[in-house]
Amino acid sequence: MKVRKVTAAAAVALALSVTATACGGSDKDDNGSGGGKKITIGIKFDQPGVGLKTPDGYTGFDVDVATYVAKELGYSADDIEWKETPSADRETALQRGDVKFIAASYSINDERQKKVDFAGPYLLAHQDLLVRSDDKISKATDLNGKKLCSVTGSTSAQNVKKTIAPKAQLKQYGTYSECINGLSSGAVDALTTDDSILAGYAAQDQYKGKFKLAGLKLTNENYGIGIKKGDTKLKDKINKALEKMVKDKAWDKAVKDNFGPANYKNDPAPKIGDIVK
Amino acid sequence: MFDFLEDYDLLGAFWVTVKLTVYAGIGSLVWGTVLAALRVSPVPVMRWFGTAYVNIVRNIPLTVIIVFSSLGLADVFGITLGAADDFEALGFRLSVLGLGAYTAAFVCEAVRSGINTVPVGQAEAARALGLNFRQVLGLVVLPQAFRSVIGPLTNVLIALTKNTTVAAAIGVGEAALLMKEMIENEAQLLLITAIFAFGFVVLTLPTGLILGWLSKRLAVKR
Repeated sequence: MKVRKVTAAAAVALALSVTATACGGSDKDDNGSGGGKKITIGIKFDQPGVGLKTPDGYTGFDVDVATYVAKELGYSADDIEWKETPSADRETALQRGDVKFIAASYSINDERQKKVDFAGPYLLAHQDLLVRSDDKISKATDLNGKKLCSVTGSTSAQNVKKTIAPKAQLKQYGTYSECINGLSSGAVDALTTDDSILAGYAAQDQYKGKFKLAGLKLTNENYGIGIKKGDTKLKDKINKALEKMVKDKAWDKAVKDNFGPANYKNDPAPKIGDIVK
Repeated sequence: MFDFLEDYDLLGAFWVTVKLTVYAGIGSLVWGTVLAALRVSPVPVMRWFGTAYVNIVRNIPLTVIIVFSSLGLADVFGITLGAADDFEALGFRLSVLGLGAYTAAFVCEAVRSGINTVPVGQAEAARALGLNFRQVLGLVVLPQAFRSVIGPLTNVLIALTKNTTVAAAIGVGEAALLMKEMIENEAQLLLITAIFAFGFVVLTLPTGLILGWLSKRLAVKR
């Protein structure tokens, strides 16, 4: 009998979480069940320069932005609980209320906007290539016949196949680290994804000087901060925080700290609500 | 609700899954039978090799085998199976190799259990007629063994069908990869997962039913 009760409880929990997603926008209490004043923020754990978990804590541009925003919302850095939100989980994590907001190289697009709301954008990134420093690739047509590497199923990989270079050979791996291995051994010619993520890899100590960004600006990726659909109050607060971050130069410092060593030429800070197509 | 499906080649992706299953299935059946023959052979070195292969390969996670076949075999050692300039074909062939090598270990054990169902007297009688080991195995023992292991082999085949999703880890354009792409673009986790789960049920349920019926028809009644 005990087993059955557990299954029943699990079923109820599942049903509740499904219904909870159906009627969002009614959260009054921000603090969860812990009682203490904590905020949970979703980031990536595996993208150097953007969002990376290290033995000493969390680093990256998204982390800096999220910390700044949290501070403006009234949470000190110690109150933040970081939670990993892989690409496939981002919408569900917001709908379930697992995280208060998400800053995880989250590009704003129409399909996602149907599910969640976005504050920002706070960074305009572009799909780009990371190549060996002695390599010459200056325009997108140079890619035909080249061997590219990207992460399985990612938007970047799909863009290469559909529009950018249909004649290029595309290898897909689970993580960028597996790609970068092939890039240094010569099995692939270029690694492609958002230039912010690439800059983070190129800036890592073990790869310094080995790779460079091609600077092609193949697409526009407007990074936004994802929040639960309908939470306009939070959205306004975050937008204000982002504006303030740009104004008091903390934004520039964060860009320089995280992407600087890779010679990354960033776009100026985007205006709130100004989505570059 | 389902209108976004038009943008994706769902059938094409599942067709790759089917092709992976069929090629890896045939490969593992052949290699697995050879391994089973090795494991019951009278030569100790062969028995030792068969046992070692099965125990090592079946205990390595499939993801590790598949990722190694691409990162290790292709990228580091440069083994490209005749498809150096076509990553799509290369990934497919490497996956068939990895899946076949892995599944063969399970086929081998299924076949060996079938060999054990054949009464010892059959082999002794065959040997008394003057048949050598290869003839005893090929003409008398294996035909009977296979008829009794269709059921277990069906399980292996169904597991293989589902295991093909691991090939997405090295970028083979089969169902699991398309699922990842669709989730990335459409932000509809539950619906898309359900569609693909349904797709796999459609693939594997008939396999189970047909082969289950066949195994009842063909089993050697003793």
